[in-house]
Amino acid sequence: MEWNLLTLAYIIASVTFILGLKMLAHPETARKGNLVAAAGMSIAIFATIFLYEENGVKLQNYVWIFAALAIGTVAGVWSARTVKMTAMPEMVSLFNGMGGACAALIGIIEFNHLTHHYDGTDINFFSKLDGGMLLVIMAGLVIGSISFAGSMIAWGKLNGRIKDFSFKGQHLVNLGFFAFILLLSAYVIILRPEETIFFFYVVLFAALIYGVFFVMPIGGADMPVVISLLNSFTGVAAACGGFLYDNKAMLTGGILVGAAGTLLTILMCKAMNRSLTNVLIGSFGAGAAAASSTQQGGTHKEISVSDAAVCMAYANKVMIVPGYGLAVAQAQHVCHELEKILEERGVDVQYAIHPVAGRMPGHMNVLLAEADVAYDKLQEMETANDAFKTTDVVLILGANDVVNPAAKSDPASPIYGMPILEVEQAKTVIVNKRSMKPGYAGIENALFFQPKTSMLFGDAKAALQKLIAEIKSV
Amino acid sequence: MQDFLQWIQLHQQIIYIVILMIFLGIEVIGRVPSVLHTPLMSGANAIHGVVIIGAIIVMGKVESGNYFALALGFLAVILGTLNVVGGFVVTDRMLEMFKKKN
Repeated sequence: MEWNLLTLAYIIASVTFILGLKMLAHPETARKGNLVAAAGMSIAIFATIFLYEENGVKLQNYVWIFAALAIGTVAGVWSARTVKMTAMPEMVSLFNGMGGACAALIGIIEFNHLTHHYDGTDINFFSKLDGGMLLVIMAGLVIGSISFAGSMIAWGKLNGRIKDFSFKGQHLVNLGFFAFILLLSAYVIILRPEETIFFFYVVLFAALIYGVFFVMPIGGADMPVVISLLNSFTGVAAACGGFLYDNKAMLTGGILVGAAGTLLTILMCKAMNRSLTNVLIGSFGAGAAAASSTQQGGTHKEISVSDAAVCMAYANKVMIVPGYGLAVAQAQHVCHELEKILEERGVDVQYAIHPVAGRMPGHMNVLLAEADVAYDKLQEMETANDAFKTTDVVLILGANDVVNPAAKSDPASPIYGMPILEVEQAKTVIVNKRSMKPGYAGIENALFFQPKTSMLFGDAKAALQKLIAEIKSV
Repeated sequence: MQDFLQWIQLHQQIIYIVILMIFLGIEVIGRVPSVLHTPLMSGANAIHGVVIIGAIIVMGKVESGNYFALALGFLAVILGTLNVVGGFVVTDRMLEMFKKKN
């Protein structure tokens, strides 16, 4: 009876995962979808704790289990609640790494369980092991470890603790490493030699190193794509656990995320008009030096705060293009204030949102929504590009690569082919940046040197505050 | 070859599930707007936290004397919980920002 209840709980959980994921893909239902999946997950977890039995024996070590659950819950809620909006992608990466580590640990414990009776004398001990089981354990271990190590590096890169690092021929080294892991795993699984235990830990170690090497050379701007990919890896690692315990909830949840995550990764690349291979093997760092040299020179002109204020106060239509600089300066509230003040003066203010502005897709939407900017004021790229033709002033706040005309005109540029916001169609462009330093792709932006462009240097928040004060006095 | 066919025969149910789930996973998020990419990634991240079930089972089966397994299992449950709880809470916080203003 109880066992049947557990099966029912797992069926419910599987359905909520599918439903939740489907609802998450639509703006109106997304939040509910998340809650649906969370509810299903809770059912599955508690059903496992109280109903699971193997050969009629219930689970033990309740104290340990509940203590671990409590610690994880407190730490998880606390860190998820206190994290700043700008640091959310890092947080996702960190949690993803935890899941990967969890899958890898399960592999280690199960392997330990399989082999801890080995006393070193029985030569045939390993050949009696179940090869299929060993395969699933190793797969979970390798994928989980890669996901864990990779996510940690991605986390470090996003919060700036780890710098990009690559050396010549790193891709070959990586490939070699990967082949080594595969071959050694296959050797252990198929032949099960005397040194099985030793090789198992060699594989674990190699997978961790591979995870580090895999993410290291990829530029920080591409981290969301990498995190999404590692996310689907962890899904597959979780599914390995499902295989191991013949647990359908783990299997459906894991494979579902593995498949959806892979598609999502490809969709994210498409939004940047790049291929996944291009992101992973990346020419970003290498191509940049060559491209920037062709575009240098020219002079930019600065604009004073009061000139900028007049310019905007007497405009009919102003488009604001937010970027990562806005997020860093936490200027979203001031930005909303500027919008309100301009609207009071009868200026039509809209926001032009590039799909990959900021450090993650949707970053700007989330940021501006936090400051209560109305949803219908946010224009997507296609709409915005039409609107620029009738716009008097475009105010760019800390965005760079997403407005770089080189993406359209310079085939040598590493961002060539990426759809951009065509701000140069507007009458005037005011760019707020902290300095003339290039953006994340590391390339010069010819837009800044165009005659209709003027630069308003300074931190986005400070500059906007001054701008608001000036507009009030106009 | 014989072994391989036998293996498929033995695990056919699971193999069916895997194949169907792959197609379902792709189908379900087919036309997601780019704004929702990050929350969706985050939500999916929380869902693969289902790996915690494995951690709980492992933990519950460890003999009380096996401290190596007990310690690792304890850690695994903590990490799995972090993945699940943190994942869902962060996703909810992201989506909270999307609510329309009247």
